[in-house]
Amino acid sequence: MTVLQASALSKRYRAVFALRDCNLAIPDGSVTGLIGPNGAGKSTLLHLAAGLRRPTTGSIRVLDGLVPGSSSALESVGFVAADAPLYRNMSVAGMLQVSRDLNPVWDGRYAVRRVDELELPLTAKVGALSGGHQAQLALTIALAKRPRLLLLDEPLARLDPLARHQFLGLLMAAVAADGISVIFSSHVLTELGRICDHLVLLSQGRVQLAGQVEEVLAGHEVLTGPADQVTSLPATLAPIRIAQAGAQVHLLVRTHRGREPEPAPAGFAVQPTVLEELVLAYLGEPAATALPGPEFAGPAGPV
Amino acid sequence: MAIDKGQAATGSVAFRLDHGSGVPTYLQLVRQVEQALRLGLLGPGDQLPTVKETVESLAINPNTVMKAYRELEHRGLAAGRPGLGTFIKAKLQRVGGAEQAALARRLAAWMRHAAAAGLDDQSITAMFDAVLRNLHEYEDGMSA
Repeated sequence: MTVLQASALSKRYRAVFALRDCNLAIPDGSVTGLIGPNGAGKSTLLHLAAGLRRPTTGSIRVLDGLVPGSSSALESVGFVAADAPLYRNMSVAGMLQVSRDLNPVWDGRYAVRRVDELELPLTAKVGALSGGHQAQLALTIALAKRPRLLLLDEPLARLDPLARHQFLGLLMAAVAADGISVIFSSHVLTELGRICDHLVLLSQGRVQLAGQVEEVLAGHEVLTGPADQVTSLPATLAPIRIAQAGAQVHLLVRTHRGREPEPAPAGFAVQPTVLEELVLAYLGEPAATALPGPEFAGPAGPV
Repeated sequence: MAIDKGQAATGSVAFRLDHGSGVPTYLQLVRQVEQALRLGLLGPGDQLPTVKETVESLAINPNTVMKAYRELEHRGLAAGRPGLGTFIKAKLQRVGGAEQAALARRLAAWMRHAAAAGLDDQSITAMFDAVLRNLHEYEDGMSA
């Protein structure tokens, strides 16, 4: 069961490739963080999955084989664009009314209860709400459509820490209660490890790293040792430099799953890595890739 | 500041997280339940907060809460009732004062040993943590 499957997916805007030859299989029930620098192709991938754009070559499918943008996909896929897609001059009540009329499936009781819990005044203009409340309203409307897959483009970008916490709390409650799958792009790394069980790292339009967070972390470790001995390390470790000061260097390296743990290379100490460190190391080295393969291994595991 | 609605509803444990502690999130939840048991705030029959309540108040992945509750079940402290939630099953075995004192004496003897061998306080603490972590990982591996 996959909620998103991409095969040799490319998207070109005139001469520029926004996505190039992407292969992905994101399993059902997962919460996936889509990470990468500006221009890496995060928004393009989400727009393709939502059916708002068409691939230049290759294919993308959602929810086990549905064509994005088809009527069955539109019914089951929710999308919240980066700029909180709300009518700013409309009241909160009007916004709910329009959403009810526009959507074949609409859980009005959920929407009203949520708006009530958020203490949003129904008569207030949407544009007068705080950024946090606008984001919460956009998420409430997306969830009231009862989607099986929710796509969020930079949902946290404009939120302060408290609003971010509440937004993610609401999102995680929907995952827990209804088992929906979520794919969201973000620059915010700190919350990532607590929220995501899957990770897709995009770099210059290509998939740099993809997989289940626990497996990705188990597949890497940090070596600390003398800088002048880096060249003597086996090439299969594919070391990425995290930090160096004088004679000492910290390297992110790949471990080999399914094999006996190997002793650290002479002169180096081994430590586990954490998600933020791993993501930053890969972002700093756009050419490095570590793909577990075209298929994600197994169902979503615990974080 | 408003009281968090998600946590007061059931049970009598309110979870909090220390993101800088380095302790895995699920283990923080497990330890807080154990702590509440030790303090008598939770007892047999009490319901733990639902997964939905917990993830909403803490903004964490539901798998993390499920992993914590599975761990509590594995330790024999809680049991899941399908469709109802997770409930406290047993009291935590309390370690008697005499036994705690005996354990502390043996640990102190080991620490004197380590200091005599040339380890400073920091190295002793690091070794203690590393051995404890390995022990847990070994047990986790056995139970997986």
